[in-house]
Formats: sequence, C-alpha cells, structure tokens
Amino acid sequence: MTPTDTLTVTIERGPAGAETFAVPAYENQTVLDVVSWIQQNADPTLSYRFACRVGMCGSCAMTVGGVPRWTCRTHISKVVKDGAVTIGPLKNLPVIKDLAVDMDPFFDKWIAAEGVHHSGQTRHDPIAPIDAATPARVAADAGIECINCAVCYAACDTVTGNDAYLGPAALQRAWTLLQDDKDTGRDDILDAVSGAGGCHNCHAIGSCTAYCPNDLDPMSAIAGLKRETAKSFFSRGR
Amino acid sequence: MLTLRLYMLQRITALLMAPFVLVHLGVMIYAVQDGLSAAEILGRTQGSALWFLFYGSFVVAVAIHGAIGLRVIAHEWGGLSGVALALFTWATGAGLFALGARAVWAVTFA
Ligand code: SF4
Ligand code: SF4
Ligand code: FES
Repeated sequence: MTPTDTLTVTIERGPAGAETFAVPAYENQTVLDVVSWIQQNADPTLSYRFACRVGMCGSCAMTVGGVPRWTCRTHISKVVKDGAVTIGPLKNLPVIKDLAVDMDPFFDKWIAAEGVHHSGQTRHDPIAPIDAATPARVAADAGIECINCAVCYAACDTVTGNDAYLGPAALQRAWTLLQDDKDTGRDDILDAVSGAGGCHNCHAIGSCTAYCPNDLDPMSAIAGLKRETAKSFFSRGR
Repeated sequence: MLTLRLYMLQRITALLMAPFVLVHLGVMIYAVQDGLSAAEILGRTQGSALWFLFYGSFVVAVAIHGAIGLRVIAHEWGGLSGVALALFTWATGAGLFALGARAVWAVTFA
C-alpha cells in the first residue's frame, strides 16, 4: 500500500515534553500502527507497550486526542482532526517513559479491593454446579470480560482527585466476585470496598462506562456495591 | 474521601432533609398569604417545642450533610487529607451547627 498523505502526530513524552512526527497516512491504519511506524522509522528510542494487537491483552492503552483508548483497536481516521493527532501516556498512572506507564498502582488496587478468588473448597470436593441463568451469575458474567487495560481508571476523575480510590476496574471485579457462587469472600470484599478508597467515593458520572472499549459498565457495578454495603451496614453494623 | 460510615450518614441526613424542606416551603407559602411580618413568624415559632424540634433536627442534618459533602470537595479539589481534612470536616460541621442553632434558638425560646 502506498501512503496517501502525511499525518502530523504529536507524541507526549512525559517530562521530556512533546515531539511532533510526520507519519505517512495509509487508508488502513490503527493508532498503534502509527506509534509503531514512528518507533521503527523515525525514533527507535520511543517507548510504548503492546502485545496482542487485537484487543485482548490490555497493554496498549494510551491517551489519544485527550481520551483513553486501546490504540490497537482504534482506527486512526476516528481520531485524526485536520490531519493531526496527539498521543500521550494514560492518565492517573506514573509514566515510566514516553507512552509506557507503571501499571503497579492499578493492579495493587485490584488486590486491595479483594479482587482475588476466595476459595471455600479443596481439590477433593466435587466441582460446584453453576446455573448460568441466575441473576447473580448474569451480573457476574457482565464483569468478567474485563481485560485490565486501565482505560476506565485513566478516565475516572475521582482517581485523579483521590489517591486512595480503588477505581472502576478493581471495584467491578469486587462486584463480580460478590456475585460468584464459587467465591466465599463476601465479608472481606464488603470490608475492602468500604474504606477511604472504597466504592462510596464514586460520583457516578460514568466516564468509566462511557470509555470502556469492552462496553462494560463499572459504574453500575459500583452502584451495586453501594447497595450491598448499605444493606450490610444495617445487618452487620459496618 | 468517604468511608461507608460517612456515606451512610450523608444519605440518611439527605433522607431526613427531603421532608424538612417540603414542610418548610409549604409553611412559607401558607404563611405569606396575609403578608410577611416578623411578628407573625415569631408568633408561630416562639415557645413552640414542635418548631424547635423541627428546625433543630433540620440544623443537625444540614450540619452533618454539608460537612461531609464539603469534605469530599476539600480532599479531591483542595488536596486536604489526614488531620487537616478531619479538622476541616469537624470545623465545617460545628460552624454550620452553630449558625443554625443560634437562629433556631432565637426564634423559639430566646
Ligand atoms: S472495565 Fe473496561 S476499561 Fe476498565 S480495565 Fe476493564 S476492560 Fe478496561
Ligand atoms: S462512575 Fe465512578 S468509577 Fe466511574 S468514572 Fe465516575 S467516579 Fe470513576
Ligand atoms: S495490544 Fe493487546 S489490547 Fe491492544
């Protein structure tokens, strides 16, 4: 394929400042293709992250034209305005270099929200039968498609204002586990999402749900946690 | 920065304030029908345990609700945290309560 034109691509390289590159425009090109072109042809020191290129691994998210997106699944024509686009690292996470952010705080909060399996059985017990049609199972299924890309986390203004806030993805996982018949960590989960960084800090504006590239709905999951913790406030006294 | 306890306190006070506001507005509309005068208002409220309780609870609910709401703004937008945030919350609550309590006392038993 021959290029049809030239794109003006500005890359925000963290503390190093922004740099602008002229990139050949192809008809079929994702944002990730553009970033890779720059790294391969213009500046081999450009750091960024990707793996699967098909929206499965959750490693390629960046801020594109001011909003968080999977770069591998965003066609450049969707974000280019007057032949130009600005690409930066995800917000709300420390920048390691250029377009690569440190995901540790994101995953640490996943654990802090008790987003881990709480097993009540051993390998010697029979496998519990799960009815896929119960409302609880349907609610749990809605959240398990999350690929930990942190797009919602970067979109959340509450994360920006409150360092302790666990964020939409971790809270959604907590909600998913709360609905899961095979998970026995109910009280631990409710306690984990009731602290200073818990679900009650969510302002329910819904940026997480608006930007999740998987069409998941963390905002409603968090509303569910608020309901469950409010019930437990009266029944358990906390 | 809200914990479950602060969240519940804020929701419960909100629930209390909704009927308070409606009654307050209703009485206001009813009371101004024949013109509004200080004497008329005081005639209704002075010595009334009922209005003291009504506006007294209203003031308590407002003080709690407002202090928690402003606490969130002070943390997320103002960067306050830790002891400073706790002090801010208590001072706001106490200040709102003092202002309201003074007014309620003035129109009922003072
Ligand atoms: S909820 Fe959506 S946006 Fe958030 S981490 Fe999961 S897949 Fe990404
Ligand atoms: S709805 Fe809640 S979790 Fe989602 S972006 Fe808004 S504050 Fe963050
Ligand atoms: S590279 Fe895997 S999700 Fe984009």
